[in-house]
Amino acid sequence: MIEQNLSLLLVVIPLLAAPVAAILPGLRPPWLLALAVTWLCFVIAGWQLFTVMDGSIISYELGGWAPPWGIEYRIDAMNALVALIVAGIAAITMPYALLTVEKEIPRHQVPLFYSAFLLCIVGLLGITQTGDIFNLFVFLEISSLSTYVLIAMGEQRRALTSAYQYLIMGSIGATFVLIGIGLVYAETGTLNMQDLHLRLQPILDHRTIHTGFAFISVGIALKLALFPLHLWLPNAYKYAPSAISVFLSATSTKVAVYVMLRLLFSVFSSDILMIEPTEDILLLLGIFGVILASVTAIYQRDIKRLLAYSSIAQVSYMVLGIGMASNMGVTATLIHVFNHALMKAALFMAAGAVVYRAGSSRFEKIDGMGRQMPWTFAAMFIAGLSVIGIPGTAGFISKWYFVLAALEQHSWLIALVVLSGSLLSVVYIWRIVEVMYLRPATDTGLSVKEAPYALLVPMWSLVLANIYFGINTELTLNIADISVKLLDITD
Amino acid sequence: MWMTELPPFVPFFLAALLAAITRGSLRNLILLAAPVLGGLHLWLDVPPGVITHFSIMEFDLQLMRTDRLSLLFGYLFHIAAFISVIFAWHVRDTTQNVAGMLYAGSALGAVFAGDLVSLFIFWELLAVSSVFLVWARRSERAIRSGLRYLVIQVASGMLLLAGALLHYFKTGSLSFDYIGLYGVSGWLIFLAFGIKCAFPLLHNWLTDAYPEATASGTVFLSAFTTKVAVYALARGFPGTEIMVYIGAVMACFPIFFAVIENDLRRVLAYSMINQLGFMVCGIGVGTALALNGAVAHAFNDVLFKGLLFMSMGAVLYRTGNINGSDLGGLYKSMPKTATLCIVGACSISAFPLFSGFVSKSLVMTAMIQQGYDYLWLMLLFASAGVFHHAGIKIPYFAFFAKDSGIRTQEAPLNMLLAMGLSAALCIFIGSQPQYLYNLLPWAVTYWPYDISHVLSQMQLLFFSALAFVWLNRQGLYPPELHAINLDVEWLYRKLLPDTAGWVYNNLHRVHIDTSNSLKTSLSEITKTVASSYLGRLHLATSWPTGSMVFWIAVILGFFLLADIIQH
Repeated sequence: MIEQNLSLLLVVIPLLAAPVAAILPGLRPPWLLALAVTWLCFVIAGWQLFTVMDGSIISYELGGWAPPWGIEYRIDAMNALVALIVAGIAAITMPYALLTVEKEIPRHQVPLFYSAFLLCIVGLLGITQTGDIFNLFVFLEISSLSTYVLIAMGEQRRALTSAYQYLIMGSIGATFVLIGIGLVYAETGTLNMQDLHLRLQPILDHRTIHTGFAFISVGIALKLALFPLHLWLPNAYKYAPSAISVFLSATSTKVAVYVMLRLLFSVFSSDILMIEPTEDILLLLGIFGVILASVTAIYQRDIKRLLAYSSIAQVSYMVLGIGMASNMGVTATLIHVFNHALMKAALFMAAGAVVYRAGSSRFEKIDGMGRQMPWTFAAMFIAGLSVIGIPGTAGFISKWYFVLAALEQHSWLIALVVLSGSLLSVVYIWRIVEVMYLRPATDTGLSVKEAPYALLVPMWSLVLANIYFGINTELTLNIADISVKLLDITD
Repeated sequence: MWMTELPPFVPFFLAALLAAITRGSLRNLILLAAPVLGGLHLWLDVPPGVITHFSIMEFDLQLMRTDRLSLLFGYLFHIAAFISVIFAWHVRDTTQNVAGMLYAGSALGAVFAGDLVSLFIFWELLAVSSVFLVWARRSERAIRSGLRYLVIQVASGMLLLAGALLHYFKTGSLSFDYIGLYGVSGWLIFLAFGIKCAFPLLHNWLTDAYPEATASGTVFLSAFTTKVAVYALARGFPGTEIMVYIGAVMACFPIFFAVIENDLRRVLAYSMINQLGFMVCGIGVGTALALNGAVAHAFNDVLFKGLLFMSMGAVLYRTGNINGSDLGGLYKSMPKTATLCIVGACSISAFPLFSGFVSKSLVMTAMIQQGYDYLWLMLLFASAGVFHHAGIKIPYFAFFAKDSGIRTQEAPLNMLLAMGLSAALCIFIGSQPQYLYNLLPWAVTYWPYDISHVLSQMQLLFFSALAFVWLNRQGLYPPELHAINLDVEWLYRKLLPDTAGWVYNNLHRVHIDTSNSLKTSLSEITKTVASSYLGRLHLATSWPTGSMVFWIAVILGFFLLADIIQH
């Protein structure tokens, strides 16, 4: 009974919990509910991944309406992996959220915060579960709207403008996606992804389809912060409450990458890449994204913005992997989706812990804090090594596959870009080390203490995961392999 | 009996871990136990031909592969680690202790790595762990120079990785055996090894960073990084002729810099490149005799160069100064250190009965056997030069010369012990070379002590000494001055930043000019576009919402346009 309904439960449980959280009184009860729900989702997502690990597919018909008329939830290894990332990061962020939220958010807003957080989780999980393209749009909107609210709850007043900016951009993106879906629907008369895929094949050279494809691609590109559509991201991550920075940096762009993969390869099929210049555009923007975002990160004077730009660079790697349109490239992208979630969540947690103690993320306020907060700093350093791609960390595995994918196509330029991106990340990670460890501490900096355990434990479990998945790659590789086999990629 | 298949880096990494959580003499014992136990294990239990596998991703990594070549370096690194630990006995600095162990362990890992991926992993660990020995001095200079060092070392690792991948695609194998200069992959790997081995023009990290490390840190540094590179070259590129020429240049050019350099530890860094030149020559010649010579010389170099670095470290530790111009007359306060330093000086200058002689002779003989007459002459010149800058200059300016008036104490007991051990080994190997020869990877029937050889070496040394005395008397010898000598690093310490600044300024001007002219000459619409989009292309600042919408329009337009053009 439960096993059959797993995929639906993953969405329904947080959806039902969200309004309950909003009406619970006090600070702790909403948190406890959210904690329980996220861990339950984590378990379900793990279970779901376990069931599809053998390459099988779960197909769930909502309300008993058979596809293509009803909405279908269709889970294969790739969905399950991304769902696990979302649920897992949410579960690990929740213990971290307790203290930071109490510090950063006014008392009366705390229940609303957890309610919005749960809705955001609903949206992101829904995107990963659904097999219906319009349903996907709906979930995209749920996650986006709740994200705007969450960012606007940030401590500083500029959180409002950042949220507003993101709102404008996100709405444009969503509108584009909707226009695209509308055009495709007009041509095919179906919204089910499987069905769309079949019906699209004979009419792939229609101009309406191309236009629809262009609108959808640009809309999704905006969501995944593809260079140069990344401009909303740094401020959104910077001004959001710490827990939200952690959650968004690890999940929201990754889910958008998933949507890109799903639409490109499962719905439109890679044939459209032959017709459209998408491949070149993705590669071009990916290359610029890796280099320019890394360079920009070096010049930041704020640790959260630095990490945000690093995220943009890392997403650009994933776009490069998609743009290569080969099995190897997509494998690398999927592995990096997983690994990047681990490393960036750890880094933002450490940054959040610094903000928790220092009250600011600006460099001049956190000079020399690494010596006062050795565990936080060590976590940041190890996660930083993972970003660079030092062997023994998860980051190395993804970099390795990107280079392999590039060399497989004899694409020297891309291999060079991946490696120079690594070198640039050495520089910006070094900036953090320099500011936090080598500079003398300021007067206020001298009095700070190490972060509380409630922040350290989630942070370090992610750091250890970084090392674990850098050494034991069986899980990530297997899933990526199975997912790629199920996608329709013609090399 | 222990596990034969235990990779030798494991005890060191364990010791590093334990050292991080222990304090005081317990930590010292742990640090000492790693090389002692590991070394005994390697010596007694591990025969050639052991292979340890470890699977990661779809690769089968060989974390340990022993043959006579890797075993010899294994013994050497254990001895070096042992001596360095004793020398650093007084150091109570977690950073240095842990980094030193990790560093020595990585060197062992690299030497026993049986495939290119594990080699790469240890190659990078070597870089990352060693830089902390430089930073441990905690001065602004050390931090900057350590950073330059790290960038170059990591770049070497990147080249190695790229080369290894290409090699894999070409041959389908990752095993680390003869590679040769075939195709791009061979050259990339060669370049990666070359950086670590301080090939000419790629050598600056060495002379830049080594003298900036702590007194005991430099002793660690001098033993491992470059010798790992020598090992890798001997394994991957034996008999590559270009290395004979590279080696000859390496042996000669540092002499000029060493003679004018004031920082005595930097003099030693230059002399290290000079000694590496002999080894590279030997590997380039590639006969059994020459390779044996290169390997034996690496073995001896670790001992005598370590000894010299230790004696200078002791001077630095006691006086806080290491400039030739400020020292002098220290033999009165540090007679034992002075004596041990002279033993090291004799060894590096290849005096008969000292260790340098028995290994350098192998390389020189092999060179002449293969008919490299002119290069042999260059090496001869280099030998004379070594005596000049390392053999005489180091002890002379530190311990004798004009009395600087510095009065201090003799070096601490642990330093004297470490130096004494090295010195004893130098003399032992020099007078009983058969024990070292027996360990060499290829069978040798060579005996260095024949009349012509001993005589010619003595002549060389005496005339070289004569030249030093005469030049000094005439006042022609380059005086010891407070100055920073820049050689090729000028490229990146001066030229590169200046060029970058120049380019940036010009680009900036061009950028301003263009946006100005755009503003003035184009129509009203373009003016608005220029001011709101192009004019504000500052990467680090936040962007206005309008500009983001602009980019969306551009990309969507491009998509649709491309579609129309294509059909």
